[in-house]
Amino acid sequence: MYGPLWRLLPGRWPVKAFLSFVLAAGVVVLCFLWVFPTIAPLMPFNDNTIQSGSPSSDPTTMAP
Amino acid sequence: MKALRWVVGTIGELLITLGVLVLLFVAWQLWWTDVTANREQAVAIQALERGFTHDSYPTGSSTTPGPAATPAPLATLKNVPFGEAFGIVRIPRFGADYARPVLQGTDHETLGKGVGHYVGTAMPGEIGNFATAGHRTTYGKPYADIDKLRPGDFIVIETKANYMVYAVQRHVIVTPDHVDVIAPVPQHPGATPTEAWMTMTACHPKFSAQQRYVVFSKLMRIFTRAGGLPASFMTVPAGAVG
Repeated sequence: MYGPLWRLLPGRWPVKAFLSFVLAAGVVVLCFLWVFPTIAPLMPFNDNTIQSGSPSSDPTTMAP
Repeated sequence: MKALRWVVGTIGELLITLGVLVLLFVAWQLWWTDVTANREQAVAIQALERGFTHDSYPTGSSTTPGPAATPAPLATLKNVPFGEAFGIVRIPRFGADYARPVLQGTDHETLGKGVGHYVGTAMPGEIGNFATAGHRTTYGKPYADIDKLRPGDFIVIETKANYMVYAVQRHVIVTPDHVDVIAPVPQHPGATPTEAWMTMTACHPKFSAQQRYVVFSKLMRIFTRAGGLPASFMTVPAGAVG
């Protein structure tokens, strides 16, 4: 997977290393600015409000 | 044999990549959301303060009388659009500089911008329950230290026309389906409200969404912006989080 990518990059090894770093940084930026903010609302630990999952204000049905 | 080596090697690389991405997500969630949200919320506070002081004071607004002991006129906020910031919450226990925007709504996006107001509950200073939600961790964590609040601590809500001072009464820890904590009379759903309460809800324990830490406060005083807020209500209590 990364072997062919390394061979695909042009130039000698310092150039390849630099380009790899740029690619990795690009992936990180893409994740931080777009991917992570998009998937964060789907994460169960990001819900912090009071909601009636089962519609009831009846205290007897509340889970322990 | 060579093909097998290639397959196993590729699966290994994929798993390592996946692990690194998960670690990146954790770093983003726990660190980066605080960095960006703190910056955005500080900017929002400045904009609110400018708006509160520079715009003309709303004259002739509907003045409903506050509780009997506090006759200062309360300019009731009506029809605040979803997602709009309408107030500032200041909590001396959380530090003298603590100030967070209060916005209409409690969805994911709104709570990233500050403290959210449960739509349909009372507005600040009104009879009923001014119910709010805030992040305990991540996204600027406005309610990070909610468990440090003690009975008697002041919570100041600042709006365009008023300062509302609430005093902490008690707290409960409940499961997320306990909607009765944001009822007009907290924990007494169906009862007719005669007092002005404020409810704060946040995640509990920290970094979990299993339960909610809920703090109930009661309205003490209402001041007009023109009259100003007495400094005694902003005194940082001993042992404050700072």
